[in-house]
Amino acid sequence: MRHTIEWPCPLPGGGVAREWALDYDGGPARLLIVPALFDEANKLRRFSVEVMRRLSGAGVASVLPDLPGCNESLLPLGAQTPGDWRLAMEGAARHFGCTHVLAMRGGALVAPALPGWHYAPVAGASQLRQMLRARILSAREAGREETQDSLLTLGRESGLDLAGYALGPDFLREFGGMVADGSGVATLTQDLLGGPGLWLRAEPGEDADQADSLAAIIAIALRGEA
Amino acid sequence: MANDTDLLLRRILTDVLGLKPGQADAFTAETGLFGHLPELDSMAVAGLLTEIEDRLGILIEDEDVDGDLLGDYGSLLAFVSARRA
Repeated sequence: MRHTIEWPCPLPGGGVAREWALDYDGGPARLLIVPALFDEANKLRRFSVEVMRRLSGAGVASVLPDLPGCNESLLPLGAQTPGDWRLAMEGAARHFGCTHVLAMRGGALVAPALPGWHYAPVAGASQLRQMLRARILSAREAGREETQDSLLTLGRESGLDLAGYALGPDFLREFGGMVADGSGVATLTQDLLGGPGLWLRAEPGEDADQADSLAAIIAIALRGEA
Repeated sequence: MANDTDLLLRRILTDVLGLKPGQADAFTAETGLFGHLPELDSMAVAGLLTEIEDRLGILIEDEDVDGDLLGDYGSLLAFVSARRA
């Protein structure tokens, strides 16, 4: 069974915000799915849910919370930092009693320290570079010349709108230096899934074979632990 | 090296544009890219360039990126081949 549920997301200054999560029933193991970031979250949302549906069928429960400021969240994105997102995901793991984590792409940068998997993790620098480049290209089409250095300098002072995501100065100061901590988790590279990563696609897509592969890797590993 | 670049570049375009296997084999030097493929908006172009950098081990400066670079398959291949040389 699939539900959409509210959960109390811890805030950096104390207190909680109501956030939403997508939840699938299963067995005793419960997987926290940390979504991919920014545009990749849209490209991989359907794939993530397809994996959850398969896991549920294999007796593995999972929950996919929103990051504060993203998807259904009412919090302003521009006020978030990577640390806030990590705090939120740790709070979600506690609230939902998660035993394992599956972090999608850049989600690995803010994933809590649980055993589990990082799926095709990407460094903050490379994700940031791609978003800066998208902004530079669209500015150029509008007849404005911008550079990565000038944008970053400006962004670290006063925030920056990158590919439709209004990021705050604190976020931009931290994010570019972040790499996923792969200790205690298995890193799953895209070639294990037998096809190109869906985040590469210009349009969101799906791939049943890849969802089968990812769900199978996780379900089999968890069965081995049980 | 040149054939290798051609092959890798067609594979990247297949992955990014979600083409069917073999479809990119039909690309000629004159096959139009930017402006011909509606999927290639600025975010998709940025993704395409990043993927080319990662898989081919080259660095593409933002100054290099203009309408000519992505105008057709031939100009993209020539640019990438020159960078790999």
